[in-house]
This record gives sequence, C-alpha cells and structure tokens, in this order.
Amino acid sequence: MPRLNVRKTYKLYINGEFPRTESGRSYAVMSKGGELLANASRGSRKDLRNAVQAARKAQSGWGGKTAYNRGQILYRIAEVCEARAAELIDELRRAGSSAAEAKREVEQVVDRWVYYAGWSDKYPQVFSSVNPVAGPYYNFTIPEPTGVVGVVAPETPSLLGLVSRIAPAIVGGNVVVAITSESKPLPAITLAECFETSDVPPGVINLISGIKSELVPWLAAHMDVNAIDTTGVVADAIAKVQQTAAENVKRVVHFDGASIGWNDARLSQSPYAIFDFQELKTVWHPMGM
Amino acid sequence: MKAEEGSFFILHPSSFILSDIMSTTTIETRERLTPGAASSAISWDYAPSLEATDHFRLASRYNLFIGGKFVEPHSKKWFATINPATEATLAEIAEGDAHDVDRAVTEARRAYDKVWRKIAPSERAKYIFRIARLIQEKSRALAVVETMNGGKPIKESRDIDIPLAAAHFFYYAGWADKLEYAFPNRNVSPIGVAGQIIPWNFPLLMAAWKIAPALAAGNTVVLKPAETTPLTSLLLAEIMQEADLPPGVVNIVTGAGGTGAALVSHEGVDKIAFTGSTDVGKRIQRATAGTGKKLTLELGGKAPNIVFEDAPLDQAVEGIINGIYFNQGHVCCAGSRLYVQESVLEPIIRKLRDRIMTLRVGNPLDKNTDVGAINSRAQLEKIQELVDSGVEEGAEMFQSACSVPDKGFWFRPTFFTGVAASSRIAQEEIFGPVLSVLTFRTPEEAIEKANNTAYGLSAGIWTEKGSRILKMASKIRAGVIWANTYNKFDPTSPFGGFKESGFGREGGLHGLAPYVKVS
Amino acid sequence: MTEQLVTHGSTLPPVAFRRSLADALEIMHGVDAVAVEERAASLAKRSLKKEAKVQGLNLAISMIDLTTLEGKDTRGKVWALCQKAMRPDPSDRDVPHVAAVCVYPTMIGFVKEALTGSDVKIAAVATGFPSGQTFTDIKVAETRQTVAAGADEIDMVIDRGAFLSGDYQKVFDEIADIKEACGPAHLKVILETGELANYDQVRRASLIAMFAGADFIKTSTGKAPTNATLPVTLVMLEAIRDFHHATGKKIGMKPAGGISNAKLALAYLVLLYETMGSEWMNADLFRFGASTLLNDILMQLRKEKTGAYQSGDYFTMD
Repeated sequence: MPRLNVRKTYKLYINGEFPRTESGRSYAVMSKGGELLANASRGSRKDLRNAVQAARKAQSGWGGKTAYNRGQILYRIAEVCEARAAELIDELRRAGSSAAEAKREVEQVVDRWVYYAGWSDKYPQVFSSVNPVAGPYYNFTIPEPTGVVGVVAPETPSLLGLVSRIAPAIVGGNVVVAITSESKPLPAITLAECFETSDVPPGVINLISGIKSELVPWLAAHMDVNAIDTTGVVADAIAKVQQTAAENVKRVVHFDGASIGWNDARLSQSPYAIFDFQELKTVWHPMGM
Repeated sequence: MKAEEGSFFILHPSSFILSDIMSTTTIETRERLTPGAASSAISWDYAPSLEATDHFRLASRYNLFIGGKFVEPHSKKWFATINPATEATLAEIAEGDAHDVDRAVTEARRAYDKVWRKIAPSERAKYIFRIARLIQEKSRALAVVETMNGGKPIKESRDIDIPLAAAHFFYYAGWADKLEYAFPNRNVSPIGVAGQIIPWNFPLLMAAWKIAPALAAGNTVVLKPAETTPLTSLLLAEIMQEADLPPGVVNIVTGAGGTGAALVSHEGVDKIAFTGSTDVGKRIQRATAGTGKKLTLELGGKAPNIVFEDAPLDQAVEGIINGIYFNQGHVCCAGSRLYVQESVLEPIIRKLRDRIMTLRVGNPLDKNTDVGAINSRAQLEKIQELVDSGVEEGAEMFQSACSVPDKGFWFRPTFFTGVAASSRIAQEEIFGPVLSVLTFRTPEEAIEKANNTAYGLSAGIWTEKGSRILKMASKIRAGVIWANTYNKFDPTSPFGGFKESGFGREGGLHGLAPYVKVS
Repeated sequence: MTEQLVTHGSTLPPVAFRRSLADALEIMHGVDAVAVEERAASLAKRSLKKEAKVQGLNLAISMIDLTTLEGKDTRGKVWALCQKAMRPDPSDRDVPHVAAVCVYPTMIGFVKEALTGSDVKIAAVATGFPSGQTFTDIKVAETRQTVAAGADEIDMVIDRGAFLSGDYQKVFDEIADIKEACGPAHLKVILETGELANYDQVRRASLIAMFAGADFIKTSTGKAPTNATLPVTLVMLEAIRDFHHATGKKIGMKPAGGISNAKLALAYLVLLYETMGSEWMNADLFRFGASTLLNDILMQLRKEKTGAYQSGDYFTMD
C-alpha cells in the first residue's frame, strides 16, 4: 500500500509566526485543472490590524540596523530561496505554471533578492546630496524609510510580483504588510518559511492571504500605514484606494508590471523602487570656530 | 602548522597608575600610588589566552597563482616567510620574476577577453558575493594566519581586518550590476588588466580593497602581495578556486620589489593600483608616465590628531592611543602628530602616560594582546633609527615600561614631548608605535600646523563643538577627517589622500572610478 | 553646605582642601557616547582563562553586596541570605565570603543576628529608597536611625528630580548632609544612572557626589528599567580617577543591578583593572550590587574545578 502523504496547512505570516486567521475562515485554492490544492487562510481586517501592529513595533529595530546588516539578511533570503528552489518551483507548478516558467520565476526571485541586497548600502549614496548653500552651513540631504508599507501583491506572477514589491521596501528600512495573490497565495506562504529561516526579524515582513476586495479597503484606511503599493489592486478600485489613502496622506505607489514586464530585470527592478518608499531629510549645521 | 605558541609568556605592564613616574606633572596634593604598596591590593594578571591554530593547515610551500592554478615560479626559487613574533619560518613562498608576471598578465588578459568582460554583470556580482561568503566562513583561519605572518594582534585581525575584507567584497559585489547609477549619463566599461601592489600592514584587507572594486567593474587582476606577508593572499587564491572564479580573473604573483617593478612596467597592464610608501609611489608614477596606464596611489601620511580644550578628554586619549598604536602604528593614516591645545596639555599627557602603560605588548596570538610584533627586522631598524634621531634632537621620550621578548621584532609604545616642528620625528613617517606630541593655542594655529606637511592622508579632530568640527574639516587638507573618533574604515566610505599621500580613492562609490572607463 | 579638612596620603602631609560644587564642576568635561561604548565593548572582549579566571571569580564574590530589597522580605529570607553571604559554597572552603549583605533598614536587626561573628558588612538603603522623593529632614533622620540600628554602610539615592532640573546645589547639599548623618558608616551614593539620560550627566553626578562626600558612587537602585552598564561604569571610574588626581582621595565604585552572570562580572573587573589598576581591586574600593550573580559565579568556579558545565539544581537558591 502506498504511503499516505502529510498535507501542509497554509496559514498567515504575522510577527514571525504562522498563525491561522483569527476569523477561523478559509477559502479554497484551486489548481488550473480545478482540483482543490488547499484551504488557504482567509485573513480578516483584524489579522491586518495585528500585522500592522507587529510591523510598527519592528520598524525602528529594522530601520536602525546597519545597511550592511540589512543587506546581509536580504542576501541570506536569496541563499535560502535558492536552496529551497525545488519547493518553490513545485508550488508555482501546482498553481498553474509550466516547469520552465516556474523555474525561471524562482531564479528571478533569487536574483531579485541579490540585486536589492546589493542596494542596501548604496541607495543612500545615490540619493543623498551635500547642498552648497550660500552661507557658513554644512547642509546635507539623506533618505530615510517612510515606515510601515502596505503592499498589495499582483495576482501573477504570484511570487516574483510579491518579491519585486517587498524587497525594495524592506531594503530601505521599511516594514511590510502584504496581501498576497488571492488566486495563488500558496507560493507566498511557502516563501514566508524562507524569510523565517533567514534572520528576518519578526514583524518586518507580514503576509496575509485572503479576499482582496475585503482586505484592501482596510489596509488603505489604516491610519498607522505610511505608504501603500497598489500594484496588485484591480484597476477599477485603485482610485478608491488613492482617495482613502489621503486620510493620513499615505504615499501611494503603483508599478504597472503587467505592461512593463516582470521578467525584464532591467525594467522591473531599480533603486527608484527603493526611493518610492523613502522620505528625504535635510540637515543644516553651522560651520565656525 | 608550527607549534610555537607554547614558547610565549605574556608580557604585561608592571603597573598601571603611574603617578610616580610623572616627574613633571605630579600634583602636590596627590597621593602617590605605588603598585603593591597597599596591603589590600591584589596582583591580577590575565593568563595566556592563545587563539587556537589547530583548525587549519598551512602548506609548506606556496606557488604562484596564475590562470586558476598554483604554478611553480620560473626562477625555481622560493623564499621563507616568517612569523615576526618568533622569527620561525611559516612556509616557503615562490619568488616570481618578470617571466611569471608576463604569464600572469597573459592569463589575466585572456580571462578578460574571453570570459569576464562578457558575462552578465549580475553573474559577476554573484561570484564576488561568493568570495565574501567564503571569507566569512574561513574567517578564523584567515585571522590566525594574518596574525602569524604579519605580527598584528589576533583581536585586530579577528575583529577588523578579516570582517572588513569580507565586507568590501560584499559591498562591491552589489555594484557589479549597478554601475550605471554610479556614473549617470555615461557608458561605463572596464579598463582591462589591473596590476595591483599591496603593502604588509593589512595584507588581506588591502587585497580586498584592490580586488573587489576591480572585479566588480569587470576588470581582471594581477596582484602582488607584500614580500613579508604573502600568506593570506595565497589563501585568498584558494578561495577564488573554491568560488569557481573563472581561471585568470585573479592572479597572484608573490615576490619582492623587483616583482612589483616588473608588473608596473609590463605593457599588457592597463592600470596600476599601488598602496605603499611615497618614495615607491613616486617611482611608479615616473615609470608609468607616457604609457597611458591608469594609476592610483595610496601612499604615506603623517596625520595630525588635534585635541581641543573642550574635547571629551578620556575618549580623546583613547582616540590618540588607537590612532598611533593600532596595528603597531603600521598604518598609513596613523595619527602620528598629536596637536594638543595648551590648556589641556597636562591632563592629556597624564592620561596618555597612564594609558600607554596598560597596553599589553606581546604574543600576537594572545587574545588579550593590544600591541603585537613589528612586521620585519628592516622596519624595526627604521623605527629605531628615527626614534634615536628624536632623542638626539632633544625631544623628551616616554616609553611603556613593558618588557619584550628576545626573539622576534618588538618596539615599546613610545611618545615624545617637546618636539620641534622641524624635527624628523615630526616630519617623517615612522610607521611604528611612536607619537610626537606638539601644542597649539588657537584653531588657526592648529590648521596651519596640521597642513604644514607634504602629506595629506587623514586627520583627527577632538572637540564637543560640532560647528568647529565642520569648519576644521573644511580647512584641513587631507582625504579623510575623523572627528571624535579615529582609524575608522568602512567599505562604503572612500579612503585616500591629498598631496603626496597619493591620488584616487578606495572604498565607496568613488572607489569604482579608478577601475572604469566612462565614455 | 559642608566644608571639611581632608587628610590623605600616608607619605604626604595633610593638605587643606575645600570641597564645593564649583570644584566638582571645575573638572567636568564632556563624554563622547560612541567612543565610551566602544572602549567598554573592547574591554569586555578580554579573554580570561584558568587561574586568572578563578582569581577573578573569587575576587568578584568577595566584592558582592548580596542584596534583597523586596517589600516581601522577611526574617526567614534575610537569615537564609546571610548564610549564603557567609558561606557561599559550604562544600568549598576556598570560596570567600561576600563583602556585605544589603537590605532595607528594618531588616538590619535580623541581619545583625544572622551575621554574628562574621566579617560580612551590613549595608542598608536609606533616604527614601528607591525614588528619593521625600523630605531631606526625613532622609537625614532615616540615615541616622539606620546607622544606629547597626548599618556599616548606607546606600543613599540622589535627588534625581533636583539634578535633572539643574539644581545641582541641592543635590550636593543633600549628599553632604547625609554624609554627616552617616557618622562612622560609609556612604554609597546611588546616581540612578538609568534616569540621568546621558554620560555627561553621569560624569557630572559622579563628581558632585564625590565632592559632596561620597565614599562610594553607585550606579543604580535596581528598581529602574536600566541598571548598571559597562560604559556607565567606565565613565564613573574615569570620574573617580580624576577626583583622585585632584584630591588624593580614593573613592569606591559599585555597579548594581543586571549583573547576573560570571562573565559579565569579570568584564567589570577588567574594566576596573585597566582603568584604575591593582589599587582598586578590592572590596574596599569596588562592590557588585547583585543577588543572582553569586550562584552563577559558584557554578563557574565548580566548572573550573571539575571541568564540567554545571546545573542550577546543585546550588542553593538563597
């Protein structure tokens, strides 16, 4: 008799832990062929709230780490993703990708982490300036993380799209609460297991799976979220998110991956993606004996 | 691995608070503290705490690393490399000559044309990341070998040299596929084959400073390590093999000055990067004149370390100590000219005297050693000669009372007061644990004196007044200014000199410029 | 404000020295936080092995003010603590007794009784410990009564409210008053460094306390969120060194709170040794305010003897 396999329960990823949704709800995730893959957690507004709380608590520690340290952790994520590539590829295939597509997507996921790991101690050099003001002052401008970033991941590519949006946010010292691809949430939850084994501090990345139409309005309205990435928000809901965001003047960022192309590294990764989640601080200091 | 650590005994200062030797500054009301006088005083000393050397193995002989392989030198000659703390031989090192240099340059050229310039920058990055990780993985062995070959305290090679070397590779790895952001609106391309000559004071770290940006920018390399400290470069060659770096991308040719000269004059080399003495730097600049070779020089220094009366005095003293006794003073940016504002001369000298006596001089492999061995007999003789000149010229010498072993090369931490600005010890780079103390009254005077030198590598400023720090920094003609700190290095931070301290920068975004063509 | 004639130094004649707040502030200079933390961290990396470690650990035990400062302290608790203080490891005669037992004033009677015939000193906290938020008269009276009850040493707290609002004179005068009230008892002045915001303030408070008459300066009550740290201790030791240079008087140092393991205690001793030298390496000039530290040191000593790492199950909990 063949051995019966043990199935994995897919849960949320909040504060470095894998809790079930507080709501106790789930939704069926189906394969391309229509068979049930798993019952994913259907995250609630309260899960979002918990995730934002955890993120806020983690921000000063994460933003306060040296750039070198943050870079090392991002590079570690790349190492772990590479080591678990087979598992991630498997998830993507079950979600409907061909073998070649899945392999390519995971390779790009790894390379994207490496790319952004490399920016950790460089984007401040590219985006800072010393300003030759007319007077006996030393004046400089430096970028600083904006804080808690809400990310709505695109439906596809479910893994590369998510990584492409959260990597530039966290490398810049921000913390992220991301809503995963609604139709293909499982690869993201497995990816969270990579974060959890890569020295990413609890709360720096939080992933909520569920129904976007239910979750996004709460994320957009949350007063303790500083920026929102609407990349994965359906086109006709974006204006509403932008309006809601005005309540606490959230920075709203959007990357049109579908038209630009997720697979072209030259177009879908850049330091400007980091810059989108940065504030600029200018410091004046007198110079005199 | 030679078992030599057993022969050491720990050297320790005979006492700590030495008010009794402060002949000029004893305060009348001060109780004299004679070590051991109080019945309740205990004598406590740290037992030897030697770093283990049994977790790795050195080969008895190292050949040249050319085209991804270790090959015998054309000369069929090898020279001994020693531990300067014991004078015991560690291994035999190949003596590379002009033939070997030619072979190495040919291999570097081939690797450049066929492989390295062609592969995707993001893949180039991944090779360099691998090197960084391998250095981290082998960090303790590298630290121990660095200490045994160079004489520096294990705490420095363990906590500074090796981690910083890894960090440099990490940093420049990231640049490999981001060069267009360092040089906006220009096409960036590599130069070709870089010939790199490094000194003996930070052997692996200097190799990292040279190799990492060169590779990131797409160049291939022929590296010539210093004659007295080749071992960690050769271990780095093994790391290149382990990283599967394509053969010929990095080549390492060991030897003495002649080997370096052959590299400088080789026609196939497109760029020379040299770190070392100003004398040799000038010779290299002459030799490369008219050849079209790109050149960067990181040369000597005689850095002013300026202490104002409103300085955080105790930390300033730490900074002075770190500035001049770090790595036995074998540091091009050492704070070797101390300028103290006259109003705080007494406490600074007093605290300096107390502190110098607590420096633990001895076996570099002991984890508690602060000051290790002088790198070579030749360097020891040079230091001694300059110190003798200081005494002859009438400066007052203060030396740590520590004892030093018979074998090996040692020099007690030393400082001079009453130093004339014109004296040799105030002008020439000593490159040893010897400090000259001078004074000033006003900031303007400090600036004038600080700048009154042919060098311009670095400077230190100690004051709690931020405005003064920035004004002083703007007036001092030096490439690196440390304020309320000293001898700090980071891969993101450019390092290099003004004036006769050289040109070009290593580290940071600016450290890429010497290794790229922009068009 | 007190003016006193201070005599000092066995080989030099007595010299008049007038103590005042101005004298304290005269030798004030800034402290650079980054540099002092780096220095403390580098000293903490000293590696102590074998005999140096054993010697250090025994020395550390002899410097402990074994402390219990709980509202729920009882005669039984204090009795047990005193037994531990006198014979920290009944199975090992080489282990010295601790320096003192430190308790609230009302426990002194029990301590005296328990410590009869031993050299272990009796220390008591006073002056409205731990907040210090009461009237100076009451603090003075409490001190007198505590000394009368049999305390050899008084651990007082400074008025942080006055200090942080810049009323240094009030802080100075109060310490001087308490010193007078101490009579023959030694005075340890707790700065509560965790509430002083920065190292400059720690140095300033240290100098004020010493010039006002402290025999010891002490970091913390153990009741604030931040207790003793290595850099704070380094800053205080440097102040003690400067005070000694200025006056010839040797002041003791007592880090307290949070020093719970042997390794950390050794780091403090290294800091002491390399800042002050052998002269300060004794219980007259250095104390640890600690409660759980003792057992960890005993475990380390046993490990050095037996070669095996130890379990808490084999050491008494008092």
